Amino acid sequence: MKPIRNLSRRSFVKSIGLASGGLILACNTAVFSNEESKENRGPITDFNPNLFVQLNSDGTLILVASRSEMGNGVRTSLPSVIADEMEADWNRVEIRQATGDKKFGDQNTDGSRSIRYLYGTMRQMGATVKVMLLQAAAQKWNVPVEECTAVNHFIKHSSGKKIGFGDLVEIAKTLEVPENAPLKNPKDFKYIGKELPSIDVGKYADGSAVFGLDIRLPNMKFAAVKRCPVTFGTVKSFNKTAAMEIPGVVDVIEIPKINRPFGALGGVAVVADNTWAAFKGVDALEVTWEEGANRVYSSDKYMEEITANLFKGTKVAKDKGNVESAFKNADKIVESTFQLPHLSHAPMEVPNAVAWVQGDTCEVWAPTQEPQATRSEVTAYLDVPRENVTVNVTFLGGGFGRKSKPDYIVEAVVVSKAMNAPVQVVWTREDDIKHGYYHTVSAQHMKAAIDADGKVTGWQHKFGLPSITSTFSPGVEYAAGWEIGSASNAPFEIDNMKVEVGKAPAHVRIGWLRSVINIPHGFSVNVFADECATAAGMDPLEHRLKLIGSDRMLGKEGNPYRFNSTRLKNVLKRAAKNAEWGKTLPDGHAYGLAVHYSFLSYVASIVEVSVKNGKAKVHKVWTCIDCGIAVNKNTVRSQMEGSAVFGMSLAFYGKITAKDGAIEQGNYDDYKMVRMYQAPEIHVDIVESTEAPSGVGEPGVPVIAPAIVNAIAKITGKYYHNLPLEDHGLV
Amino acid sequence: MLNWLKKPILAIMITLHINGKEHNIDAAPDMPLLWAIRDIIGYTGTKYGCGKGVCGTCKVLMDGSPVQSCVLPVSVAEGKHLITIEGQNETLQLLQQSWAELNVPQCGFCQPGQLIAATGLLETNSNPTDQDIDDAMIGNICRCGTYQRIKNAIKRTVELKNQ
Repeated sequence: MKPIRNLSRRSFVKSIGLASGGLILACNTAVFSNEESKENRGPITDFNPNLFVQLNSDGTLILVASRSEMGNGVRTSLPSVIADEMEADWNRVEIRQATGDKKFGDQNTDGSRSIRYLYGTMRQMGATVKVMLLQAAAQKWNVPVEECTAVNHFIKHSSGKKIGFGDLVEIAKTLEVPENAPLKNPKDFKYIGKELPSIDVGKYADGSAVFGLDIRLPNMKFAAVKRCPVTFGTVKSFNKTAAMEIPGVVDVIEIPKINRPFGALGGVAVVADNTWAAFKGVDALEVTWEEGANRVYSSDKYMEEITANLFKGTKVAKDKGNVESAFKNADKIVESTFQLPHLSHAPMEVPNAVAWVQGDTCEVWAPTQEPQATRSEVTAYLDVPRENVTVNVTFLGGGFGRKSKPDYIVEAVVVSKAMNAPVQVVWTREDDIKHGYYHTVSAQHMKAAIDADGKVTGWQHKFGLPSITSTFSPGVEYAAGWEIGSASNAPFEIDNMKVEVGKAPAHVRIGWLRSVINIPHGFSVNVFADECATAAGMDPLEHRLKLIGSDRMLGKEGNPYRFNSTRLKNVLKRAAKNAEWGKTLPDGHAYGLAVHYSFLSYVASIVEVSVKNGKAKVHKVWTCIDCGIAVNKNTVRSQMEGSAVFGMSLAFYGKITAKDGAIEQGNYDDYKMVRMYQAPEIHVDIVESTEAPSGVGEPGVPVIAPAIVNAIAKITGKYYHNLPLEDHGLV
Repeated sequence: MLNWLKKPILAIMITLHINGKEHNIDAAPDMPLLWAIRDIIGYTGTKYGCGKGVCGTCKVLMDGSPVQSCVLPVSVAEGKHLITIEGQNETLQLLQQSWAELNVPQCGFCQPGQLIAATGLLETNSNPTDQDIDDAMIGNICRCGTYQRIKNAIKRTVELKNQ
């Protein structure tokens, strides 16, 4: 039981930005007993609540959303849990977005874990409020509490009389918080596990949702920034004359390079009365750069280098049994090399932020997945006390990991301070594509031994990729432990397995992009497993189920998130059943499959692909996900639909390249996205489950690209190991 | 950017008719309509996505047809009847209703452009085929991948319109 406290009468209420007057409860969110949570959260010693619920006397139920909304549906799914447990009317719920502050606990909205971290406590909180309202009504009516029930925002008495939640606030406020409030029987859930629409859908549809880009302050200036084409290059000199001649341009400000993982890249900002004048000013601005060491970075050459490094000086990450002897005794050897390029997040809303530095205080409005890291960066730059910095979180027009890194927000702070005015920094799409934190580029070599029965007896996986760790510790040249797990924990029952990591220094900022390391590993493992099935002359579905092997659990006893091979096989079987795997398809059509465990969820996809006149088309996708309890099935469904398109875009087009240190792509015309005419029909099957809830936002992505490649192989006889497919003429 | 666009171009007075209201603004004639709408007039529902007419996020209706406001010089829009996502249009409102009913948006950022493109389609084609819908929506990217729901919401709107 987590401590829940009644804050209704405390001065603390003011500091969390809630109007006083209502019943206000706060608590720490639960830390689950899995190791990952412990690592990320640290021990909680003080009462440091991150969940706040306020019930007003007019019956309005207000929840402070500590997590960022970027299409993940978190502003709907989390409060619906509280509303359900307390028998509240969903139409009375309002959401207030939290500023970036440690008192709200972990606010970093990534890693597909908002629900996972908060679900249990949300239930407790709702149940606690309900008990207090029942007690308040019993007190008011002077009846035994057992005669009262909560029904849709009212407390009812067995005599038939009823009273609204809001009318009980004054009494409830004075009550002690009960311990161990009983939770509902899941079969009585009203909202959890159902299909609630997004609480913000109206605002999205009528254009009134305020994204970072839509913030307007009185006398606000607009700024655009010219940055060195080569990552970490610096300004040698600049001439602002031509920029200053553009009507509307008011100033030109140098932004220093800030040597922190989320620090500004540095460059020269043009400040103007409107965004367009700022863009034109940047275009006119003349800057001479000191390009620095990364000018040597050319992605073609680099790919050769990291591929060659797979065969010399690798570090062994896993060595089970004896793969060499398995290879020696094999009936067949299968061997493939995979090469995948950098990717860019390219959210529809470019990085942007408004900052207003006034003296030694600063207020920021930004689309950010990480408001606390933002606060840290701003505090560090301004060298002011943390409490002087306020970070307001707007709606995010997509994030995908890009908006976890507040470098663009620091730029706004630098310019606002210099201008002594509120400033909105807007990145152009070109800035976004050319100056991102890129998804890693990778080379992988896989080798398998297959015996006479078609069984895989040896599995060797070598990979090299610049690590995300390099962004935090420059000079790191090998993948970190957590970037190895998705290879070394390949969920297959194979006696002899070896995983090796090759050297791969970073030349651009490496960041995390939706599903992260599971993109390269989910791809290579799934395509290569399919090749093994083909080599064994077996049906890929049958072969894969055998490869996953016996029903078993991995991980520590008592961990609600232990890997369960039965659940993995189940999603694959269900997706196959939904797709009617094995049925006869039209000429030139084939099914491909992939199954992957990531963010503690189990996902399989079957895709129907055709290749006609050398061009691939994805017709249908059947995805099955087991994410434990699915709090909002509408959200889970839309995340799976979106993941299919996201995965398809990276399979078809995703490729960022560098030449002489500069990124070559710049906009949606050379870094393309799948469009409606290419989008498949997507069928989503959500496993009904009572297991603890796990990730949803990311785990639907890794299966799509390999499933497509596996389907194409069935038609053309060729497995494509390198993406994107556009490079092979298939798109 | 074209070279001549780099040259300073002085602001002139331009009259825009947006959502039934007249706005007299001072703007450089080469300023894309998008920035006049967002930064000068202050309607922020119309979004910036690419700045070169390849993503559709900035679409507005000009005399009933969807245009990419990020590449359309504001001077070209003078005297034209403009409708943004904030505007009143029966088809747009029906579409918005369907968007909500089918819970189309994820992050929501591209949806104003999608809705404007769909409005343009349904204003000229009361019973579009799948192919017609694909053709009309080809210029609009949704990075969240809501295409299936967008398509279904357009079809739902056709039902509502023909009821």
